[in-house]
Amino acid sequence: MALLEVKNLGISFGGLKAVDDFSMSIEKGQLYGLIGPNGAGKTTVFNLLTGVYRPDTGTILLDGMNITGKKTIEINQHGVARTFQNIRLFKELSVLDNVKAGLHNHYKYSTIEGILRLPRYYKVEKQMDERAMELLEVFDLDEEWDYKASNLPYGKQRKLEIARALATEPKLLLLDEPAAGMNPNETAELMETIRFVRNNFHMTILLIEHDMKLVSGICERLTVLNFGQVLTQGKTSEVLNDKRVITAYLGE
Amino acid sequence: MNKNKIRIQNSITYAVVVGCWILVQIMDKTGHMTSLLRGILVPLCMYSILAISLNLTVGILGELSLGHAGFMCVGAFAGAFFTKCMENVLPNLQLRFFLAILIGAAVAGVFGILIGIPVLRLKGDYLAIVTLAFGEIIKNLINVMYIGLDKSGFHFSIKDTMSLGMDETGVVIIKGAQGITGTPKAATFLIATVLLLATLFIVLNLIHSRTGRAIMSIRDNRIAAESIGINITKYKLMAFSISAALAGVAGVLYAHNLSTLAATPKNFGYNMSIMILVFVVLGGLGNIRGSMIAAVVLTLLPELLRGLNDYRMLIYAVVLIVMMLFNSSPKAIELRSVLLERFRKKKDPATKEAA
Repeated sequence: MALLEVKNLGISFGGLKAVDDFSMSIEKGQLYGLIGPNGAGKTTVFNLLTGVYRPDTGTILLDGMNITGKKTIEINQHGVARTFQNIRLFKELSVLDNVKAGLHNHYKYSTIEGILRLPRYYKVEKQMDERAMELLEVFDLDEEWDYKASNLPYGKQRKLEIARALATEPKLLLLDEPAAGMNPNETAELMETIRFVRNNFHMTILLIEHDMKLVSGICERLTVLNFGQVLTQGKTSEVLNDKRVITAYLGE
Repeated sequence: MNKNKIRIQNSITYAVVVGCWILVQIMDKTGHMTSLLRGILVPLCMYSILAISLNLTVGILGELSLGHAGFMCVGAFAGAFFTKCMENVLPNLQLRFFLAILIGAAVAGVFGILIGIPVLRLKGDYLAIVTLAFGEIIKNLINVMYIGLDKSGFHFSIKDTMSLGMDETGVVIIKGAQGITGTPKAATFLIATVLLLATLFIVLNLIHSRTGRAIMSIRDNRIAAESIGINITKYKLMAFSISAALAGVAGVLYAHNLSTLAATPKNFGYNMSIMILVFVVLGGLGNIRGSMIAAVVLTLLPELLRGLNDYRMLIYAVVLIVMMLFNSSPKAIELRSVLLERFRKKKDPATKEAA
């Protein structure tokens, strides 16, 4: 059974059908790409999948469970984590605390235990520190753990956002334009990181991307969105050679 | 390690408070204490508690609240009401005062939740204005409230003393705009200092815990906080009500430092709320020690300038502007860091040579 099964998803804003009759199925462990011209509705799909918007029509099944119309925090707790197109870090917090915030629902002690500094506070905080540092090491951020998140260079901020999303122990990771604003070197490094995450965390990844080198380099399957509708989907090589896709991107 | 840095910073904050307490004791013993200064010791602690607690809402949660005096008012009346009612049941004043503090905090905390539920749906300026309105509502409600106690129990009215309909044994406890008269003067500088330390302990430990991280993540980016599974409503309400409860503690302290407690615009009006906000902004948003110091300086200043009569508030205002500029203008911050660096450089070779 597919990990994510989306059927006939649709939402309109006013008279505009932002996403219409959108279906997609992602297998466990797949690296899946969602591409399309600007304004095609890619981020809207992400917002529907993560509960930011409630779909007008359609169903979303995650690992067989119906998560349609659930709230963002519930969907996260069921195992969907995401990053954002315009980076959304906790700017005033340290790099380490950003990841520890992601661990919020997996390492728990009560507020009272925190205020009174009972033994559990020290025990759980230590576990959190260790786990967070592990994650930071994966993304080569461990030396900057003490930095304020907003002081990190751009590429590292992107990585930190992925680390924070992974801290919530998701089954499905959604990356919204992870390579946006990166130079070719940074993009190449990011591709390695995404592959590494998939292999080492056994993660299923769905990403939105405009960088075709990244898409063709790491995505196994693609869905092409145009004017809110699925233009075509299938294996990456086949999709990218499809005449309709080229037309959608470049015009007649 | 970062952890140690935080621990050192917190220790300094506690040490400053304890140091001030010792200083006051020394001044007292050596006879340098004027009656003016003695009278202001408890208010200093009270304002510090208010500033610290408001910083939890404004600096840590990141929501502008202009109704902090309202929560203080609730705490003050709840606490004073309790000590007044229990006069005959619990003759031990210190114990009664201690319980009154807990009750004041609890009642103000509950009000924080009740007001927080509708108010925290708003953001920014809108939230500020609605909290301002709530603060005024609380004050005005208390001003028309009459509560009396006789053999058959409590009597409540919002008209006047007569309509309470009590028998001859009845005592009026809250007398409308006159408030509560004859509250015992139980607050001492020692108790006030201990309460201030307790407030610091609660707020500082809260900030550097799982809960504090959740609250600050909401402040920094609500959408991202939601996406990693943090319950926005829960933590917003928690921060808001803890802040209100601590303001309630300050209120109880206030009520037991005076013999009459009335909800006048001067002590519980929006002027008070804004003054507390000034402490917080001046001390630095999210900077707990800063708001404490700002509260002390800005409370002491008008008192120390009392001799200058007419120029008092003028100087106060000028000092306020200068301090704001010094603390927060980008140029001043730059200048400060340059000076600090130069100072460190001078110090460094010296220490190396010494070693």
